[in-house]
Amino acid sequence: MSTAEWRTLHRHTLVATAIVLTGLAMAAGVPTAIGIAAGTSAQVALAWVLPGVAVLVGGGVAVDHLRWRRTRYRVSPTSMELRRGIVVVANRSLARERIRSVDLGASPALRILGLVKVTIGTGDGRQGGAGEQTLVLNPVSRDEGERLRTLLLDRGDPASGGERADQPLATWNPAWTGYAPLSFLTPLLASSAVGAVFQVSEWFGRQQVPIQVTRDLAEAIGPWETLAGLVAGFAVVGAVASSALFVEAWWGCRLDREPSGTLRVRRGLLTTRSVSLEERRIRGVEVVEPLGARSAGAARLDVVATGISSDRKKELSVLVPAAPRRLVWAVAREVAGLPDAVALRAHPVRARSRRLWRAGVAVVAMAAVVVAAAAGPLPRFWTWVIVGVAALVSAGVIGLAWDGYRGLGHGLDERHLVVRRGSLRRSTVYLQRSGIIGWRIRQSLFQRRAGLMTFTATTAAGRGRYSIVDADEHEGLQFAAGVVPGLLEPLLIRGGDAGVSLPAEPPRRGGEADNSPGDQYRA
Amino acid sequence: MTNAPRLRAPRQWLDPRVTTWWRVLVALPVAAMSALLLLLGLVIEAARWWLVAPGLAVAAVGGIAAVVLPRWWYRLHRWEVTDTAVFTRTGWFWQTWRVAPMSRIQTVDTTRGPLQRMFGLATVTVTTASSAGPVVIAGLADEQARDLAEELTRITDETPGDAT
Repeated sequence: MSTAEWRTLHRHTLVATAIVLTGLAMAAGVPTAIGIAAGTSAQVALAWVLPGVAVLVGGGVAVDHLRWRRTRYRVSPTSMELRRGIVVVANRSLARERIRSVDLGASPALRILGLVKVTIGTGDGRQGGAGEQTLVLNPVSRDEGERLRTLLLDRGDPASGGERADQPLATWNPAWTGYAPLSFLTPLLASSAVGAVFQVSEWFGRQQVPIQVTRDLAEAIGPWETLAGLVAGFAVVGAVASSALFVEAWWGCRLDREPSGTLRVRRGLLTTRSVSLEERRIRGVEVVEPLGARSAGAARLDVVATGISSDRKKELSVLVPAAPRRLVWAVAREVAGLPDAVALRAHPVRARSRRLWRAGVAVVAMAAVVVAAAAGPLPRFWTWVIVGVAALVSAGVIGLAWDGYRGLGHGLDERHLVVRRGSLRRSTVYLQRSGIIGWRIRQSLFQRRAGLMTFTATTAAGRGRYSIVDADEHEGLQFAAGVVPGLLEPLLIRGGDAGVSLPAEPPRRGGEADNSPGDQYRA
Repeated sequence: MTNAPRLRAPRQWLDPRVTTWWRVLVALPVAAMSALLLLLGLVIEAARWWLVAPGLAVAAVGGIAAVVLPRWWYRLHRWEVTDTAVFTRTGWFWQTWRVAPMSRIQTVDTTRGPLQRMFGLATVTVTTASSAGPVVIAGLADEQARDLAEELTRITDETPGDAT
């Protein structure tokens, strides 16, 4: 069988490296050349820059050639082996039965050449922990990548031999791009654009220019008009940037269920990515509705699975990006095998008071700022801007407190614990009860006085912990005890009406068990 | 609600020597800080009382804290091991109960820091597959910690499954 032969990476990796390095050299070399040419002449500039470019590209390709010659891999019936290393030769082998993920990625340079980078992982160990092992083949041809993916992930289920077609769960709709500007990336990206403007003006030693331009504008058309213009510009730049990022990451995305028992997400406009996930690693799903998307009736679907990187930048756990809520819930039900909606219990009103108290503190702080601004020597315009911002922030935090309370809820179906919380990031998680591997129950001093408690279910999957925040302490304990039968029971006492307080007396000596029904509480 | 469940404190206390250990843990940084302030006060004549006074204040407050607080902490920390799970309770401002079922325990570690060794103490750390943090029992007597770790390892070895 040909599978046991040693194979090489695709030789076009040299071309890809050359393309990338040439691009880098252009980016660095052109401004340098212009800079030198400004002081001297075009010939001198080229004489300096061209050899540098040649050395960079030539050297990079030579090193890559060496790497390509020294890298071999093979798939034997039991393991996947990789041999590589220029100075020190390293051999690495993964047992095939332990392989949990085969992800394909292609940067634009690789895509032009029909190549992909293959990342093979075992997906065990704690997140980012020592147990995780990966092999990277960078690059192989697209067909070889697909072959490896199916070969390594297909556990050969002969029962489903007949109909081996993918079941599509969700496919891209360009209209989803409309949700992108509502993301929190919008103000973030706009801010970095503002930062970039200042940075560039500093490179040219003219930090004052942007401020001066704004000041001139304010004198020409009036301060309020200028402010409105700047805010509008800020919003437009942010919206364009976040839409561009969204389209790059998610264009043409599709989620399929494959007959071998894996979920597969394919996406990307310039850089394409393919992420596969074994369904037996799934411990639940999380429907995430950030405030902006929620206001437009959109949501996102994350998977809660073991051995998946929780790195939010890589978005590996996202199954469906911002999309209409009904579609997202339909996919969530399909992926996790959920029954119809579970009725969630609301949390006690005291939980709302807690949130309103916190908001109140923020409002008082805002009021202090306003008073300070009014008393200070600021021009009228700035005083009014501060008053406006303070009013907006105050209204915002009160709104968030109210909405945050409305979002709180917990419930149970036959297989899942359901927890909903959050306002800026409303999330509803369906976590398999069999995936819960412990509890952390916490009560702050203020919660104790309000009779509230926070119940955190810990799990090996996803973010590792999911919290029921500010539930009534008695109802919550009853509920949590029912989620994983038997687990909390030994720690519960029923009946009586004493408040929880400090335990009575420590044992006299030796630290041994205090076996008298010793945990009397003082009222 | 007459039948409303409440959490009880786990049954076991830490080793009483833990209070001494905690006292040293509080006293060391306090002593270092006030010594530094007093020393500077001796050297820098111009600012003598601006350094000596806070130095004495730190020593006084820290000294009282080192005497009083550990005794109180001792009452707060509890632990218990049953056939099915490991429980701990810690903290006062954020009173926290942790539960790790036997079937989900991945590793049991015993560690003894240099200070702990002086007092014959050890820490038992029980980890599960969650990133939400291990269950830590800090301040058991040496042999008690060793026995506990052995017992937990034995029980978890007998429990099938990959603990996820």
